[in-house]
Formats: sequence, structure tokens, C-alpha cells
Amino acid sequence: MQTFFIIAILALGFIVTFQIAKASEYVAILRGEERSRKQSNKINGFLMLVFLIVGLVGVVYCNEQLKDKILHEAYSNHGKDIDTMLYATIAITGFVFFLTQIGLFWFAYKYQESDNRKAYYFPHNNKLELIWTVIPAIVLTIMVGFGIFYWFRITGDAPKDAMVVEVVGSQFKWEYRYPGEDGILGKKYYKEIDDTKSNPLGQLWDDPANHDDIYGSGELHLVVNRPVKLVIGAKDVIHDVGLPHFRMKMDAVPGTPTTMWFTPTKTTKQVREETGDPEFVFEISCDQMCGRGHYSMRGTIVVETQEEYDAWMAGQKPQYLVANPQPEATPATQVADSTKGTVKTLSPATTGDAKGTH
Amino acid sequence: MSEALHIHPESTVVGHHDDHNGHGHHHQSFVSKYVFSMDHKTIGKQFLITGIVWAVIGGLFSVLFRLQLGFPGQEFPILETFFGERAAGGLIKPEFYYSLVTMHGTVLVFFVLTAGLSGTFANFLIPLQIGARDMASPFLNMLSYWFFFLASVIMLSSLFVQTGPASGGWTMYPPLSALGQAGDGSKIGTDLWLISMALFIVSSLLGGLNYISTILNMRTKGMSMTRLPLPIWALFFTAVLGVLSFPVLLSGAILLLFDRNLGTSFFLSDIVINGEVLPNEGGSAILYQHLFWFLGHPEVYIILLPAMGMVSEIMSVNSRKPIFGYMAMLGSMFAIAILAFLVWAHHMFVTGLNPFLGSVFVLLTLLIAVPSAIKVFNWLTTLWRGNIRFTVGMLFAIGFVSLFISGGLTGIFLGNSTIDIHLHDTMFVVAHFHIVMGVASMFGMFAGIYHWFPKMYGRYMNATLGYIHFWVTIIGAYLIFWPMHYQGLAGIPRRYLDKSGWHSFNQFGDLDKMITVVTIVVFAVQLMFIFNFFYSIFKGRKVTSSNPWGATTLEWTTPINPGHGNWPGEIPEVHRWPYDYGKDGREYIPQTEPVGSNESKH
Repeated sequence: MQTFFIIAILALGFIVTFQIAKASEYVAILRGEERSRKQSNKINGFLMLVFLIVGLVGVVYCNEQLKDKILHEAYSNHGKDIDTMLYATIAITGFVFFLTQIGLFWFAYKYQESDNRKAYYFPHNNKLELIWTVIPAIVLTIMVGFGIFYWFRITGDAPKDAMVVEVVGSQFKWEYRYPGEDGILGKKYYKEIDDTKSNPLGQLWDDPANHDDIYGSGELHLVVNRPVKLVIGAKDVIHDVGLPHFRMKMDAVPGTPTTMWFTPTKTTKQVREETGDPEFVFEISCDQMCGRGHYSMRGTIVVETQEEYDAWMAGQKPQYLVANPQPEATPATQVADSTKGTVKTLSPATTGDAKGTH
Repeated sequence: MSEALHIHPESTVVGHHDDHNGHGHHHQSFVSKYVFSMDHKTIGKQFLITGIVWAVIGGLFSVLFRLQLGFPGQEFPILETFFGERAAGGLIKPEFYYSLVTMHGTVLVFFVLTAGLSGTFANFLIPLQIGARDMASPFLNMLSYWFFFLASVIMLSSLFVQTGPASGGWTMYPPLSALGQAGDGSKIGTDLWLISMALFIVSSLLGGLNYISTILNMRTKGMSMTRLPLPIWALFFTAVLGVLSFPVLLSGAILLLFDRNLGTSFFLSDIVINGEVLPNEGGSAILYQHLFWFLGHPEVYIILLPAMGMVSEIMSVNSRKPIFGYMAMLGSMFAIAILAFLVWAHHMFVTGLNPFLGSVFVLLTLLIAVPSAIKVFNWLTTLWRGNIRFTVGMLFAIGFVSLFISGGLTGIFLGNSTIDIHLHDTMFVVAHFHIVMGVASMFGMFAGIYHWFPKMYGRYMNATLGYIHFWVTIIGAYLIFWPMHYQGLAGIPRRYLDKSGWHSFNQFGDLDKMITVVTIVVFAVQLMFIFNFFYSIFKGRKVTSSNPWGATTLEWTTPINPGHGNWPGEIPEVHRWPYDYGKDGREYIPQTEPVGSNESKH
């Protein structure tokens, strides 16, 4: 009913508009086309000025309304660099925006057709054209310079003491693997992935580095002020680890591991206190179209102190023990091992090679 | 008879020319005149009207998914009436939502703003403005349209298959698009999408080669390359871009079809989907993105350049003043065309691309801002001290410049890889490309339609409806897309149909409602434009002078309703550049007028 009502109103408005438009055309012919053309020229010229003023006010109003709704400060080291670059770019482009938009609509208003003026024949001017080639070129060079400087800092190698966590995306969830006490993520091969055998990431159990690896899903734990390097992969289609609060993002591509590192600067608890928002939580969004559940592919991150992290970690059981309740090797796994041996070396996705993405 | 005509390869066209001389009648059937026509003007109109039909479909899709975005969870029973299962209970299902988004993008980018824009105006304007009787090969030209039509039919048919049309986004990234198990849209709908695109590319190549050879070979006497009107230069660069980059997309589409149907592994490796382990190893999903964006980025300029060219022309005519810096305009278009091939990987900064490679693409991407800035300042200077007539075409041309500035500046954010890390694939990107590529090019197209409508149909469109169309559309475009940047700055990813499950993204409910309402209004006004268009073809006020805008270019030296062959007598000879407005105290000097002995130089 409501839909019908809306359509009826639109149709009615349309008919009225059309009749007025048709009538105005007849009136124009009656009154002399030249005269009515000049009149509508004045109206449109005036509207140019109105649009300029209302538009400028609108830009400011929009900013007032929405500026507090965009994310608060960046909660990572790189995020702070990115925000600096962002605000510098807003300042520069903002200046150009106001300059050119005001120029455009002001000229349109000021130089509207008038019987008293003749258009000025001004086909070119090398000096002017040189000025507005060189100045943008210089400004852009500076922006490129700073941009690339930060870019290399962000995409450069992670510090030696960084903790490593693997993040794996699949339709439509995030899974994680912590390397355990040895600090090494064990090798894996995608054909071993089997949820029924409690091996959701395809770890190769004959690699001892796998025996202490901790598996988790949904919630990721990180330590404040400690650099973390994420080793990112996907099982089925391309996903993207989006961390809006840290201003970080990296695709998760099946078959091609990627990496990303950053240092969280505040714990979840600290942010909750500072923002007065007890529900606050760092979220992982999927930023690459991945299918029907794309919009709901959500993970969360708990940033905590080293002590809290250690306490949490102490309660976790390595996935090796979950998948193999009796860790003594049985003959069956021995046979499996001998086949995996060859497979393992062929696989490009074994995590040991993951650092090769840079 | 001019020399240009003597070297004309198409004897049939010369025959037409003779017919006109003797005021004879063509004995053409309805089919050969309006359906399988080889007249470039009719083919242009065919592209335009097909493009308009597609624009309604693509625009309607955006209204539908805006309903979901503005009012998530609200039931619209009418949707179930029309779409049945896909909108059961009046709620748009996620798979259907993604189909709508995908089809909206595909239709608007390729079928409306490529075929509908450059297909229309390249066909219509090139022969008329360079002084030729028709295209170099009218037959290939006709084939170009009919391949496009075939592509359209196949794309349209994909809307009606059981599992729905493609839903992997208009970029169609594998593995999502390669695996039927990944979603309903990745089943037969994607095969149809790929076949349709392959045919579309054939159409675009046939057209492009024709445009290039016509512009290079068939200019009338005196029409040197630097006397070409700017729309022709723009369409020339557009055609070159298309011819060099579309084949790369064709290869991507074909390889993807192989991966889907023949068990190859070009883009597939290490995949476990829904618990099923696939045998494919060694492919690269990222390879497809390189192939796609090697077309995808030039495509942006394929869409934008014709709009730029037409806006330059319309702005000069209606400011009664030459375009400022013709050579700089030309040079900047050339620079944009070259750089368009060297920036594709800026769409891939966060795919794990080598950071050094990324930095090279940052440099090349931001370089494009220089020719863009030159163009903007030249347009402003063209307005400066002019004597501006606000025809509807002129209004849209001014609107184009405003949108191009707004959208171009946000490109500087995204082209800078550091900032792109945060903004990549967020609503900021959606806002950016809709303003700079979508709405701006649409404005260029509207400007062209209103400006050349008298030449196309010998009638005017209703100006009052045109003014309403312009003002509502520009205000609406800014209301829709300007605040959307803020959503992107907040990190909201694109293609999120419901943000209620998120703590960080759920603060823009009112804004989304506002945007949806404005979208509906703007869409309604576009329908009004379309009504105006078709109404005016038959009932519009008749054009009484052959040169209604007082323009200098050749198309206005033809009769009000030119027949096939365009000029009844000889093709006029050209003596000067196309922008002698307001020179030596004269309102305008047509290109056909010889340079006077005491005329001032510029």
C-alpha cells in the first residue's frame, strides 16, 4: 500500500511537472524566444551562485554532522602514520577543492550572458598554462615522496621480536594459529584440511613445529606495544583482513600467502575506558567480496597486556593434541607421513615460505 | 566534389550523395533504414537508445539495493511480487543483493558508459565533425552494434536463469567467480556474464578500429589533425585505449571460462571449498586481477575521455569563447591516454603486491593528476570573461567539471598507497568512482544528448524539464555521494548489505536512509529525462535554423535532417580551427570560412 502510494505521488508530481514544462515552452514562443531564453539564463545564472553558497554551507554542515562518527584515533603505529598522511592530503585537496569549485560557479554566475559584454577572445597563454602544470606537479611530488616514505615503513620487514600469528579466511569466518613456544608455525598442506579430523588448517603432524601450535577462531589475541606479524591466507576464495582501528588491510589469497605487521598501541580495556564505550571491540572485517556472507564475515581482536596474554595462552591446548588424542605415533600415521613427505616439498603454501611475499 | 570524397572507399556512399543532389528518394525498407542500418547516425542512435534501456535497468538495480541499505530488515512486499524467491517475504536475500550490485556495475560501466556513451557519440559525431559521409567501414560499424546487441541479450538472459545472474562483483575476481560451489551467482550466471563480455569486447574492437581509421583517413580537405574539434580527439584516444586494452580482458575472460569449464588452473590453487578439496595447484588468483585491471583502469578513461571532449566543445560554444589552451587540452588527453596504461596496479596495493612495485604505481598514478589539473584550470579559464548561455547542455558541462574536481581530488587519496591501505575497498572508493567516473561521465553524456539532440532528430528537447533534470541530479548526486566518503573514512567496507552485526560500522543508519530516499528521487528524475527524450523525438519543438547554437563545427553545416551521406552537395572544406568564437568582434566564425587577409592571429 505504502509503495503504491509513493508511486502514485511520484507519477502525479511527474505529470504536473511535465504540464508546466510544456506550458512554459508555449509561453516562450508567445513572448518571443529570445526574451524568454534570456530570462531563464538569468535564473540559471543565479542558481549557480545559490548552488555554490548552499553547497559550501552543506560541506561544512556535513562535516559537523559526521566528523565524530568516523573512527577515533588510530590504535597502531602505522595507523598514526596513515592518519598523518590522510589529514595532510585532506588539507591540500581541501584547499584546491574550495579554490576550483568557487572559481567554477563564481565564473558561471559572473560571466552569464549579458548584452553589455562581449566574450574575451583568449585562446591560450603559455605562462598561465605553465604555472598550473608546474605547481600541481611540485605539490604531487611532495605528496608522492611522503606517501612512499610511509609506505616502505609500513610494508617493510617486521621487527625481529615481532610475534607471529597466522590468519586464515574462509567463507565466512576467520581462523587463527599461534606458533606456540617454539615461535615457529608448523608446515601445512591444503589437502590435509579436514574438519572431521580436527585439522581445520591442514597442519602436517609429522612436522614437530606443529605440535605446540595453538588453533583458534573468532577472537584473536594480541599483546599491546608488541609488534605482530600476521601471516595471511585463505582456503576458498579471496578475502581481506581489514583492521579499521589499526588502519591496516591485506588480502587473503588462496595459494599465495601474504603478510602484514603493525604494533597495537592500546589495550581493548584502555580504549573502553578512554572512549567510555564498554562494548568497544577491535573488529576484523572482510574487505574483499567473498560471497553471500561477505557482510557478516566478522572477527574480533583482544589487545591485552603480556601477562593477560600469557595467562590466556596457558589455558589453550595445541591442536595437535586435539587431533591426535594419543600423541604416540601409530603405524597408520607413519604411512601417511611417507606420502606427505613428497607432497610437502611441492607445496607452495607451506607457511615456511610465507615470508617470500615481500 | 571534394578530394575527400574521391578517396572514399565506399562507392555506395557516393551513390547516396548523388541521390541527394537530385533530391531523389532512397528506396530503403524499414529494416535497412532503422534496423540493419549502415548509416552512422542511425547506428549512433541505436547505441544511444539501447544504452538508455540499460541505464534504466542498471539504475533500477541501484534503487533496489539502496532500499536494502537504507532500510535493512524492512519488508517491501512488492519486491516479492516481482522477484519471487530471491526476495522472499519482501526481503532482499544476500545472494540477490550481490547480483544486483554486480549487474549494476557491469551494466553501467560497460553497457551504458562504454557502449552507450562512446558508441553513441563516436558514431554520431566523427563523420559529421570531420567532414565524412560515413565511417570507413559502415558494415563493420553495423556489426559492432549487433555484437553489442547480442551481448546485451545474453547478459539480460542471465537475469532469468534459475540460480540468478553473476554475483561476484563487476570485477568478477576468481576463485569466487571460478567456482560454482562458492555461491549461486557463480554458477551458470557467471558463464553467461563471461560470454556476454567476450561478445561485448568484439563489438568494442570492431567499433574502435573503425573510429581510428575514419579519423585518420577520412577527414575533409583542410581538416588537419590540429583542426579537429576536441570531442574527436577524445574519441580517438578512447578508441586507441579500447583497442589496446580490451583484448587483455578478453584473454582474462576466456581463461576464466577455461578454469570454470575445462578444469584448467590458471587462477586456482590450494582451494578447499565447503569441505571439498579441489585438485587445482599452481595457478594465481592475482594474475586475473592484473589482466582485469590492465583493461579496468584504461576503461575508466574510456568512459571519461569522451565526456571530457564533449564538455570542452559544449563549454566553448556556450561561453561564446574559444576553449582555453587547445594544444594543452590535447596534450593532457594524450598524457592521460598514455598514463592510463601504466597505473592499473593501484587497484591492487593490498593484494600482497611487491611494495617496490607498489611505489612505482603510486608515482605514475599521482602523475595523472597533473594533466587532470591542467584540464580543470583550462575549463575554468574558458568560462572566465565569457558570455555564458546556460543551455541544458552547458549546465551539464559545468556540472561535469564540478564533479570531476570533487571526484578527481579523492583519487589523490586512493592513488597514494599509504592512505589506500585504510581506504581500499571501503565506501570511500564507492563515493570516489561514482562521482568521478559514474556521475561525471553521465553528465558528459547528458550534455552531449541535449546539445546534439537537434542534430539527431531535428527537434529540441524541452528545456524546462532539462533544467529540472540538471538541478535535481547535481544536488542529488552530491547528497548521495559526498557523505558516503565519511562512511569510507570510518572504514566501512563496500558491499556490506547490513551493518547491524558490527560495532564499528553501525552508526550511519540515518545517513543511509537519507541516501536511499535521494536515490529514489534522482532515479525518478532520470525517468523524466527519458520521457522528455522520447517525447521530444516525436513532439519536440522543431529546429528552424541549421545552426541553432551558433557553433563553428561542420555538423551544423549539414541540413537540419541530414540524410545518409550527410551533405547534399559537396563536403565543405575547412580553413581554420574549430574555436573561433568572439574573434575580431564577430560572434563566431565557422570552420568553413577562409581566413581573411586582415584577420588577427592567435
